[in-house]
Amino acid sequence: MTSSVPPAPTATSTHASASASASASASASASASARPLLEVRDVRKTYHLPRGQTLKAVDGISLSVMPGEVLGLVGESGCGKSTLGRCLLRLMDVSSGEILFEGQDITHLKERALRPLRQRMQMVFQDSYASLNPRRRIGDLLAEPLKVHPGPDGRKRARATIINRLHELMDLVSLPVGALDRYAHEFSGGQRQRINIARALALSPRLVVADEPVSALDVSVQAQIVNLFADLQARLGLTYVFVAHDLAVVRQISTRVAVMYLGAVVELGETDAVLHRPAHPYSAALTAAVPRPMVGAVRAAPLGGDIPSPVARPAGCRFHTRCPFVQDRCRTEEPVLRKIGPSHSVACHFPLAEG
Amino acid sequence: MPAETAPPMAAPLLDVRDLCVSFPSRGRMIPIVEHVSFTLGERDILGLVGESGSGKSVTAMALMGLIDSPGVQITGSALFRGQELVGLPQKQLRRLRGREIAMIFQDPMTAFTPVYTIGWQIDEQIRAHERLSRKQARARTVELLAEMGVPDPARTADRYPHQLSGGLRQRAMIAMALSCNPSLLIADEPTTALDVTVQAQILELIRSLRSTYGSSVLLITHDMGVVAETCDTTLVLYSGRVAETGPTDALFAHPGHPYTAALLASIPPLDGPRPHRLPAIAGAPPPPLERPAGCAFAPRCAYVHDTCLPAPPPPLVPTGYHPLTAQPDEASAHTSAAGTSPPPVQFAACVLPAEGTPLPARLTHSELSTKPNFDTPDQALPPPTSFSSGEAHQ
Ligand SMILES: Nc1ncnc2c1ncn2[C@@H]1O[C@H](COP(=O)(O)OP(=O)(O)OP(=O)(O)O)[C@@H](O)[C@H]1O
Ligand SMILES: Nc1ncnc2c1ncn2[C@@H]1O[C@H](COP(=O)(O)OP(=O)(O)OP(=O)(O)O)[C@@H](O)[C@H]1O
Ligand code: SF4
Ligand code: SF4
Ligand SMILES: [Mg+2]
Ligand SMILES: [Mg+2]
Repeated sequence: MTSSVPPAPTATSTHASASASASASASASASASARPLLEVRDVRKTYHLPRGQTLKAVDGISLSVMPGEVLGLVGESGCGKSTLGRCLLRLMDVSSGEILFEGQDITHLKERALRPLRQRMQMVFQDSYASLNPRRRIGDLLAEPLKVHPGPDGRKRARATIINRLHELMDLVSLPVGALDRYAHEFSGGQRQRINIARALALSPRLVVADEPVSALDVSVQAQIVNLFADLQARLGLTYVFVAHDLAVVRQISTRVAVMYLGAVVELGETDAVLHRPAHPYSAALTAAVPRPMVGAVRAAPLGGDIPSPVARPAGCRFHTRCPFVQDRCRTEEPVLRKIGPSHSVACHFPLAEG
Repeated sequence: MPAETAPPMAAPLLDVRDLCVSFPSRGRMIPIVEHVSFTLGERDILGLVGESGSGKSVTAMALMGLIDSPGVQITGSALFRGQELVGLPQKQLRRLRGREIAMIFQDPMTAFTPVYTIGWQIDEQIRAHERLSRKQARARTVELLAEMGVPDPARTADRYPHQLSGGLRQRAMIAMALSCNPSLLIADEPTTALDVTVQAQILELIRSLRSTYGSSVLLITHDMGVVAETCDTTLVLYSGRVAETGPTDALFAHPGHPYTAALLASIPPLDGPRPHRLPAIAGAPPPPLERPAGCAFAPRCAYVHDTCLPAPPPPLVPTGYHPLTAQPDEASAHTSAAGTSPPPVQFAACVLPAEGTPLPARLTHSELSTKPNFDTPDQALPPPTSFSSGEAHQ
């Protein structure tokens, strides 16, 4: 880490780092380390339901993700994690706000302009089966993005280059090269998830958004895949946004954690600070509710109170209907995400921890 | 306790003996589930764990008579309140399924049709078993959804399955399954798609099903934390066979089978230092047709040796752990009074216990909080005699 001021992000420098070779891009990412790879500014996404109702699935989220970091995204089911993940990669249009990737505003880019960027941001989904076409060989599935997108020199990739890359990918995810000739149904859940990861990596992305990539896997396979994500990150300098509801998995992989509740980020900070010294009462409830794999370990009683409807979100603090520490002020005044430490923020009037 | 003299009330609710399920493929029968036996008493919660593809869902579906693949072969016996389920005509199975046995499926989408609102579908399910008006049924539906922690239940009932997040869909399905207060609930990964607070709620609900209605539960899950806090008994499947079974506390404290031990060791810790890598089990289970003649876990086992390899697969034997060794004080009182030791309760399909080299005990919860390094493999397991190589390659 250098203390020198990074060069101003000009259009030329962005272009240069994008088309740079492996060694040059390593130095580019070092010099860009002070600049976020992904920046999200007050992003909102509203779904329109029947009878004119609207559902604010993402309700004003701002955050940034630095190159090489892993941001864990946790929160109650239905709080908007998947929606946010899709918005980040422009797989879905946002209702308002801005999304910057490598410093470039991509919020309103048309599909054609997005296309070259799509190579550098990829998604891995939970359901490893549904996302693989059962009628095509794994090799064909993996080759597709390599055929669709031009190579780093701007030209169509040669057949030999593609085959080389496929072998490299199999090696990266520890699958035998023979897997390329087989079909999705011939693989176990863990192996299919390796294939999905290989597909996401085909075009050497910088950012991977993984939406519950290990939730459907049993613990031993989950451990293999979590290790794989960690290895790839170390080897390729990848940046992840990692959505999971298993806090132990999130802890294992993440540098920082963002806790979401009803469409908003309520706490953001270094992984162990958020998980072990949570400042937001909802984060505290979440970590206390984790079942431990020990007999005799007690977990806290589940949260009581009314679970608010995402269609009619409570006024004031969005967590006040269930918060054990609620006070009058919480019912009227909405807390904003504010810093309580150098890298720890919380949206609560009465945080449980400072810094 | 000879079974024939026991009063009928003491008979288990569900008694599964030697259940085998095979599917035909390319002219051969593929044994997916082999000789699975277990009993589930009244008010018992049994956890069924094991790697993906080990046959957990197939076992559950076979019990429910829900496998309709052509040519499937199901043998063995499954007595539900003394009634044989294997081979029971579909008509009678359907009657049982609605009223006495309910099932929560792994994939909530399969439980709902996309063209009706979830409320309508739960209403129908209720009305199929109870004489209620549409309005009464809806009131019950809304009540059930609220009990599952579904926000704004009345309005959510009017939404279509695809308009709900994965977790909400799961809860709606559980509401549907519980609508008939079943005496046996088979829940296949009921909390996999849920965050921990909702998961805690659902598990609380499953436990209250037992206390309120006296129901028994067969809980299929791969979350060992869920098993630890919910299940009285645990059954570990590996490659279609029972690897280990016993009371949950015994099995977690003294895993008798190396697979159980490795499964427990691969869970990422929530406290203490983060391990550099998680101790994953290298490789993958064998496809059913390539199961080794002897122990199916042998290609991945850190303790594999000569006696593990020849056929037949090691039978289930007592692990050497039983209540006696668990509570020395009580035990001495016991032996002096009765002069005999209680029967073993924990069994593993492994040669180690019989060879006098059982696995070491796992650390307890209190020990773990003071020794946060338990997750490194060399501390969770004694030095292995050999290593299986290459993660994920078969
Ligand atoms: N296509 C849609 N139409 C209407 N509402 C939707 C749609 N997709 C999602 N929602 C709603 O938006 C909210 C956020 O959903 P999202 O899937 O992003 O949640 P999530 O945090 O990923 O939940 P889970 O942990 O259950 O996957 C939920 O209330 C959900 O019901
Ligand atoms: N109808 C079927 N015909 C042929 N094979 C089947 C059928 N249903 C399941 N199998 C096979 O049986 C094996 C066991 O499947 P099962 O669904 O019981 O696994 P599981 O233990 O529930 O795994 P998971 O944790 O992934 O749900 C798998 O290899 C599967 O491919
Ligand atoms: S602002 Fe008030 S209601 Fe909201 S989390 Fe903090 S203490 Fe609880
Ligand atoms: S029988 Fe041998 S190979 Fe099988 S689990 Fe026991 S020690 Fe390992
Ligand atoms: Mg989601
Ligand atoms: Mg299953």
